[in-house]
Amino acid sequence: MIKSKKTKAPKRKRYRLVTALLTVIAAVSAAIFLLPTVLTIANSFMSASEINANYGAIFATTEKGGKVFVSEKINLKFIPDMVSFSQYFTVLFKSPDYLLKFWNSVILVVPIVIFQLATASLAAYAFARLKGRLKEIIFFVYIIVMLMPYQVTLVPNYLVSDWLGILDTRLAIILPGIFTPFAVFILSKIMRRIPPALIEAAKLDGAGELQIFTYICMPLCKSALFSVAILVFIDYWNMVEQPLILLSDTNLYPLSVFLSRINTGEIGLAFAVATIYMIPALLLFLYGEDYLVEGIAYSGGIKG
Amino acid sequence: MKVKRKNILKNDKVFPYLCLAPSLIGVMIFFIVPFAVIIYYSMVDNPISKEFVFLQNYVNILKNTAFRKAAVNTLTFSLISVPLAVVLSMLLAMLLDCKIPFVSQFRTGFLCPMMVPIASVVLIWQVVFHYNGVLNDFLANFGVDKIDWLKSDKGQIVVVLLFLWKNLGYNMILFLSALNNIPKDVIEVATLEGAGAFYKFFRIKLRYLSPTILFVTVLSLINSFKVFREVYLLTGDYPYDSLYMLQHFMNNTFRNIDYQKLSSAAILMSIVMIIIIGALFIAENKFGEDVEG
Repeated sequence: MIKSKKTKAPKRKRYRLVTALLTVIAAVSAAIFLLPTVLTIANSFMSASEINANYGAIFATTEKGGKVFVSEKINLKFIPDMVSFSQYFTVLFKSPDYLLKFWNSVILVVPIVIFQLATASLAAYAFARLKGRLKEIIFFVYIIVMLMPYQVTLVPNYLVSDWLGILDTRLAIILPGIFTPFAVFILSKIMRRIPPALIEAAKLDGAGELQIFTYICMPLCKSALFSVAILVFIDYWNMVEQPLILLSDTNLYPLSVFLSRINTGEIGLAFAVATIYMIPALLLFLYGEDYLVEGIAYSGGIKG
Repeated sequence: MKVKRKNILKNDKVFPYLCLAPSLIGVMIFFIVPFAVIIYYSMVDNPISKEFVFLQNYVNILKNTAFRKAAVNTLTFSLISVPLAVVLSMLLAMLLDCKIPFVSQFRTGFLCPMMVPIASVVLIWQVVFHYNGVLNDFLANFGVDKIDWLKSDKGQIVVVLLFLWKNLGYNMILFLSALNNIPKDVIEVATLEGAGAFYKFFRIKLRYLSPTILFVTVLSLINSFKVFREVYLLTGDYPYDSLYMLQHFMNNTFRNIDYQKLSSAAILMSIVMIIIIGALFIAENKFGEDVEG
């Protein structure tokens, strides 16, 4: 096609305009997504009285079933009148409950992430190396289990915990968490992409299966491992369903459930607690965002 | 070569099975075996007398109004929110794919909802959507009457928004990397041959994206069942009718441990899920084969 110079100049101008417009759209929508995070952090630096002044209207009514007459307006504020660390001080030094619940979360989530990755990377390796009908059937079963919503899997979980006598203990959440096949699914997709020639070459050089696994497959899966770890961590860090059903002792509840039970008087604390609770996830994200992006990049499709 | 010691760890016939064992045993114990037991429970009249009633429990559960309401609500929610989640995240990904500046900052912004603790999300959502909340305040400027968002049929809208806000970011990332993996030369050739943006999208990009579309659909479907978390924290055990989800039903049934009800409900749900997954599998086989390498 022949383009004269005349049509080219306006076209470039238009192109720039479109880019600017798209950037603005992207910026606005990204801001909306970012808002609650910023809000949580900003509000955590407000004093209790300021929080109550801002949101009192809402949480006073919800508590008493909407019978309180409040004419006060709600203020969604980003910048505290006065930056105050009093909420943090209260959380960290005066109410040990929150720290205890934070610890509960850690003690539930960390073993799940570590052991799920360990068993899953082994299993994924097996799925990548094995052939035949049996393997395909087993893998299909894994996918079905993975896709089952909690509503379904909680019933089996409850039964097994009952049989094993671990109901009302942390193990009732940790053990099924470890064997959730999500990580197996993602990792075996990645492992299957490792060129067979690479493995053959290693074998010719005298590498055993264990060596192939540790020195070839694991390093190649690094980013996938990391992204799965982030996803699993975030999923369980925010768990709600499992503790509600499998734990009757509220002392064992993780912070994710407990945080939502904060009562009206402590609304101010909620933001500070939430911010503290967000820190591990935030650190993981900042450190691993690129892994998250590249790790699951190849996992299109469901079958693998 | 001197390979005399036949170490188990070097035997490539046995080693993969050894690798699979821990995971498989765990999955068997925690998912497969109890699931089989549940099928059995769903067909006896109670766990003590164990009288075989075949499908009676299923008939009962299908007649149960609470279950039906929960099932309809959950299904409606998924039917609305999953397609929206797929299409919108694809659009977002294409937006960020347009060579605009600050892409990685925007990306981080979109991923942020993943790490905000649910409880604080719920707090903020309440501030916005409460009867006396920010949104009603804002709408009042335009003369719109106050709407009780969470305690009316509008509740579903709020929850769909919440779901989208939470899930678009990650879905978008998946699409973004899929877009990056489309071979550049294919697009270039099409451009040279005079293909318009429309043609390029529907005939070329969409084909390469199809495995990702399926993957994102499945992921969104799983996540759409998890929206109960937010709904529960927003509205408690007995929310407004249109927000009563299957998990509410299960939770409330757990409380008075009714195994028949629970197990037949769980089996029914899994049947529906298996049908949906099966359909997606077939779809993937049909559309995916000419692209996947």
